[in-house]
Amino acid sequence: MSTRADVIIIGAGIVGAACADALSREDVNVTVLEATIAGSGATGAGMGHIVVMDDSEAQFALTNYSSKLWRELVPELPREVEYERRGTLWVAADEEEFRAVYDKAAYYGERHVSAEILNDRQLREAEPNLRPDLVGALLVPDDAVLYAPVAADWFLGRARQRGATIHYNAHVVNVAEGSVQLADGRTLSADRIVCANGIAATALFPDLRVRPRKGHLAITDRYPDFVRHQIVELGYLKSAHGHSNESVAFNVQPRATGQVLIGSSRQYGEQGSQIDAPVLSRMLSRAIEYMPNLRHLSVIRTWTGFRASTEDSLPLLGPAPGFKDVYLATGHEGLGITTSTGSAALITDMLLGRQPSIPLEPYLPSRTAEPAHA
Amino acid sequence: MPDTIFIRVNGVPVSVSAESTLAAALLAGNAPTIRPLCGMGICFGCRVRVDGIKHVKSCQTICRPDMQVEVDEF
Repeated sequence: MSTRADVIIIGAGIVGAACADALSREDVNVTVLEATIAGSGATGAGMGHIVVMDDSEAQFALTNYSSKLWRELVPELPREVEYERRGTLWVAADEEEFRAVYDKAAYYGERHVSAEILNDRQLREAEPNLRPDLVGALLVPDDAVLYAPVAADWFLGRARQRGATIHYNAHVVNVAEGSVQLADGRTLSADRIVCANGIAATALFPDLRVRPRKGHLAITDRYPDFVRHQIVELGYLKSAHGHSNESVAFNVQPRATGQVLIGSSRQYGEQGSQIDAPVLSRMLSRAIEYMPNLRHLSVIRTWTGFRASTEDSLPLLGPAPGFKDVYLATGHEGLGITTSTGSAALITDMLLGRQPSIPLEPYLPSRTAEPAHA
Repeated sequence: MPDTIFIRVNGVPVSVSAESTLAAALLAGNAPTIRPLCGMGICFGCRVRVDGIKHVKSCQTICRPDMQVEVDEF
């Protein structure tokens, strides 16, 4: 390792890869250090749903900005990334949820995000396999899906073409200003360090308030046209933003292969990566409640992954508390794929001293610091 | 002795033992396009369409009267 990098990025998941792409595009000399292989964490385990969220202004700003950045990339994305503008259908099971659909439509409308309210008949036409007594839905047509680990790989390939170096089996065990130490004893130096390694960030920053949040997914055999949009129940937010120990929410996605990806679940607490059968069962039962014909489909694989979750559901983007030139880019919970592009842009802006396109304050790690005591 | 029942395979009535797996029944009746390998539900080689539903593992399915089976070339 002869050349000192301008920036070392820890983690070759979607966030680290997007950072490598964005920084290398600005002629920054980047070295990516990945403990195992690209996308081996939450990036390879999640749904790859690109979605604009309305749960807070800060979440909206980052997801909307990021979605636009993704759309700008579309002409360059190879087929293997499987980017498809499927749209999201937020489905309402009762009148109360349908009123929430109206509120959501207004929220997106005011912010110039395309959204369309569907009544029960229009919803049945859009998705014949949904149970027929759903009241309606909000369609957000510009939301998309893609195959996240391939997207991460693509970002890394672009960075490599611009001179970035990527080291695999390079497990960082210690971070200091200007240098990192690997498990094999080597030390690498860089002007700046970006820590984008998801839940593993807590191994490097013990005070970091990032908790692993386990999720399950199931994928079926090929049933083309069984589902056409990403479909999410409106109760999804209660699951994602609640901090109860265990919750499931209906969430399905069509894959380009014709397979159906079924989610979602959330669990806190020390967990191994093995399937938790009762949670998986609850997740699948919830999905079958919304799409009864799912019960006939052949599930070929189930797996788990761990989201990096923060207390306020917003990622940590910016200088690590107590550090000047070490930055965090983690804590993306279930929105890492979506917000990878925006995160990379904000990190790049910070490192290059440029005016960011959206306010940084809501994502700065310093927001979580303990207030000073007299 | 188990009863004999009738199922339909690609539209053709076939007499099978009421307690046999669909894979066994198809193999006994010379359905050339199923290739079960493991016989225990993990290789996906025995998939057929049953009553309109695709990707049903015939080795994990017990024959029922009037079962409509379609065997496709994959």
